[in-house]
Amino acid sequence: MKMINVALPKGRLGEKVYNFFKNSGYECPSIEEPSRKLIFENPEKGVRYFWVKPSDVAIYVERGAADIGVAGKDILLEYTPDIYELLDLDLGKCRMAVAAKKDFKDNPSNTLRVATKFPNIAEKFYNSKGRDIDIIKLNGSIEIAPILGLSDVIVDIVETGTTLRENDLEVVETIVPISARFIANKSSFKFKNQEITAITRGLREQLEASK
Amino acid sequence: MNSLDRIIKSDERAIFELRALYKSFGYSQYKMSRFEEYDLYVRNKDFLLSDEVITFTDRNGRLLALKPDVTLSIIKNSSDEKGLVEKLYYNENVYRVAPGTHNFKEIMQAGLECIGDLSFYDISEVVLLAAKSLSLISESYVLDISHMGLIAAVLEDAGLSPQGKKQALTFLNQKNPHELLSLCEAEGIDKEKSEKIAALAEISGTTEEILSKLKEILTSEGEIKAFAEFRTLFEIINEAGFGDNVRIDFSVGNNMKYYSGVVFNGYVEGIPTSVLSGGQYDKLLAKMKKGSSAIGFAIYLDLLERFEDECLGYDIDTVLLNDGSTDPIILSEIANKLHSEGGVLVTSAIPKNIKYRRLMEIKEGVVTILNEND
Repeated sequence: MKMINVALPKGRLGEKVYNFFKNSGYECPSIEEPSRKLIFENPEKGVRYFWVKPSDVAIYVERGAADIGVAGKDILLEYTPDIYELLDLDLGKCRMAVAAKKDFKDNPSNTLRVATKFPNIAEKFYNSKGRDIDIIKLNGSIEIAPILGLSDVIVDIVETGTTLRENDLEVVETIVPISARFIANKSSFKFKNQEITAITRGLREQLEASK
Repeated sequence: MNSLDRIIKSDERAIFELRALYKSFGYSQYKMSRFEEYDLYVRNKDFLLSDEVITFTDRNGRLLALKPDVTLSIIKNSSDEKGLVEKLYYNENVYRVAPGTHNFKEIMQAGLECIGDLSFYDISEVVLLAAKSLSLISESYVLDISHMGLIAAVLEDAGLSPQGKKQALTFLNQKNPHELLSLCEAEGIDKEKSEKIAALAEISGTTEEILSKLKEILTSEGEIKAFAEFRTLFEIINEAGFGDNVRIDFSVGNNMKYYSGVVFNGYVEGIPTSVLSGGQYDKLLAKMKKGSSAIGFAIYLDLLERFEDECLGYDIDTVLLNDGSTDPIILSEIANKLHSEGGVLVTSAIPKNIKYRRLMEIKEGVVTILNEND
């Protein structure tokens, strides 16, 4: 049995994802003990888990430091890593959307100013519509951009819409639904195929049972 | 490991061995200039792995590029005569932006191209040479093979829109059945045909199992024709003894604009990305106004660097510390004697970042072993 390295996203989603793995028979008791460790191993089950920043999971997997991992579809669309996307885990569901101030009226004769953490997703979306845009890349508090006149609209993740409502913003258009995806390194999939296929099967059974 | 093996790096060794392999099949070496007219690349931008090219203006005002690719130059110079097949191999440095970075890299690439009036033998020979090339790099390797003609026929039979076909290829490339099914649903494709497309992403098992599954689900004329070619190819591969390492995988190849038939990617254990990629690209030739067929592959030798860290044990066998108190004639005699047992570095201080098997000291002609790492 070959050891499988699993990159999990730190935070609430990561804990849910770990439970998915645990219920599929890949538990690792040390991960549940309070500690500041980042790497946890269960040699009997042949798994080694590590917590990484959610936006970095795909990089760890693409470059083979992790054989498999769980990453949000938003990250996969933004960075387009060369990986296999084996399952939609149906966790952390939200959507990538365009939002603007409630009184916003789009004027197609002007360049649309778009503030976002996801410049590639925004560019691709507006390119497909043939719309001329000016992308303003921000790293956080995106909602503030239209309020202060920095941008006309924002492209961001919307979960419940509460933050938007509290800031007098509303969703104009949904770009794509987002959820957590189970991903694998392409080379690992060849050389640790039995192990990765068994984990995929376990996760799929969990997923079907939870529906 | 003999002393030559220790000195030669993996990529250098691969170059020699691959050259010998290709020559033994009658391939001749293709040498090209570092520069090529930029126009050649800009017209076939989508064929390149990265569309960013280093350009400059020469003294006559022509816009030139540092070559990002070798295949396009080979095609440009191919003769395109009926009945003739050109078999060429190369190892060249190419210059392109590495995926995930914004920096240009010089990449050592080896490969071969078989261009002309190709028979099925020529196609299978190139596929076998790809498998043989991988086996020279590592014992643990996999060559994944797909067939663009077969995929195109399945997508055509389903009735996907041109944009839908492009998306479907991306999802196939990701082995992503859930998005394929959503795409088919959005395009109003019926259940049976949607499941056939999703099956291409999920299909697994031995070659025999996959071929018999495919035989059941492929029904249209185009599908059956491509499948027959695919099956013959696998018979040849099995016959040649590569059956265990060559697998059917429809995640290979996502460019229907250039590739028409067999496409393949090679992986070796320990390297996270594919080290070899190739296929039959008749459509590229047609675009360049040539009537011939062509198949070829490239091996990214720079990736073999990853092997070095794991393979190399010591940089040198012996470090001999010399404090300068020994007669140079005696020192030379001792150093020569140690040389007969392995590499020796005579130095007054241990260099940083060096891994040695044995540390020795010489003082007034007397040699003492200070440390052994065996």
